[in-house]
Amino acid sequence: MQKFSRDQMAALVAHDIPEGATVNLGIGLPTMVANHLPKDREILLHSENGLLGMGPAPAPGHEDPDLINAGKQPVTLLPGGSYFHHADSFAMMRGGHLDFCVLGAFQVSVHGDLANWHTGAPDAIPAVGGAMDLALGAKRVVVMMEHLTRSGESKVVERCTYPVTGLGCVDRIYTDLAVLDVTPRGLAVVQLAEGMTLGELSRLSGVELAMAA
Amino acid sequence: MIDKIVASTAAAVDGIENGSTVMIGGFGTAGIPFELIDALIAQGARELTIVNNNAGNGETGLAALLAARRVRKIVCSFPRQVDSQVFDALYRAGEIELELVPQGNLAERIRAAGAGIGGFYTPTGYGTLLAEGKETREIDGRHYVLEHPIHADYALIRAERADRWGNLTYRKTARNFGPIMASAARCTIVQAHAVVALGALDPEAIVTPGIFVKRVVEVASTMPLIAPGAEA
Repeated sequence: MQKFSRDQMAALVAHDIPEGATVNLGIGLPTMVANHLPKDREILLHSENGLLGMGPAPAPGHEDPDLINAGKQPVTLLPGGSYFHHADSFAMMRGGHLDFCVLGAFQVSVHGDLANWHTGAPDAIPAVGGAMDLALGAKRVVVMMEHLTRSGESKVVERCTYPVTGLGCVDRIYTDLAVLDVTPRGLAVVQLAEGMTLGELSRLSGVELAMAA
Repeated sequence: MIDKIVASTAAAVDGIENGSTVMIGGFGTAGIPFELIDALIAQGARELTIVNNNAGNGETGLAALLAARRVRKIVCSFPRQVDSQVFDALYRAGEIELELVPQGNLAERIRAAGAGIGGFYTPTGYGTLLAEGKETREIDGRHYVLEHPIHADYALIRAERADRWGNLTYRKTARNFGPIMASAARCTIVQAHAVVALGALDPEAIVTPGIFVKRVVEVASTMPLIAPGAEA
């Protein structure tokens, strides 16, 4: 079985982002999607700290502490890009103006519930940032994550055991083993990694799966 | 004559009372009013409630205010960071209260305060730990949580340019919480990179109208000043 590499996962996500879309890429794995956006499509990146039309990282020595992304890394602004304050930025997300949002996750349930902000460990200091806003932050919300934890437990679950970030908010899941759609009848497998079977994926995931129609 | 310009950061933070709620602008490296925070530490107000996106980084700015034991409570979205050791230690010792708010709810609660809104229903956080005990409502088939405005006694923010009426422009992503905090506080205190003559700011480009601002102090930071019309 040949798992999807992180770059392949990012390319799969990028391929599904349509021409003209406004997109927010969450921190971590999702930021890799930026490197795979098709060059023939005009896609605008949004960062929730207040910019639309975000460009790539600046050349060394050209970092500007006043121009950063939500991950607090230096970025650039493309011609036509804009700056705005936080309330406007989250209005773009909450108000349904953003087209696409890509998030990392600890767990996603068969109902599209997302857990990605808190492990629930009793000694953990909770921090949420924009996670709950991003979970509802676009017309289409997709998750990009490894299918299994390091100890082999499925991150695709019947019910989230970590504290949830949002309920029923995920539309599609991209993992290193498969691409799955959240549907009213449960999870539908859109694509399998080479050599992976539906039966094996169901067994590893511990949830019922069907091939997409 | 209306003149909101004050001579020093010490004069800018004069009168901030013990127990005040103080909003502090900034996100990451952008827009933190470091010099005003230093002046607040020197001024000595205690038992403060601080509203900021984070809970301090490293040992300077908000972290220094925390380390000086001036803060009773912090309202923020993302306290835990690799360099939030000052907050982490106070929190684990039970010496600071934390109100954790999703970032967009934080922004909208601040905006609502400035706009005179008594509360609002937001979908963010519904069904999560952060909505526990809060009133909810289903509107047109979608679930919402009732959130209340966050008012402040003072806001400390950083702007790029200001005039004596308190009109402000910002620089790039340093705008972040500035405009909404300016409207939500009873007394908004601004450190501006440059104070310019009345009329020098393009009225079409003013982001925060002076009505939201009480005091302005010029603090020429090391940040590059962008010439008008020469935006990089």
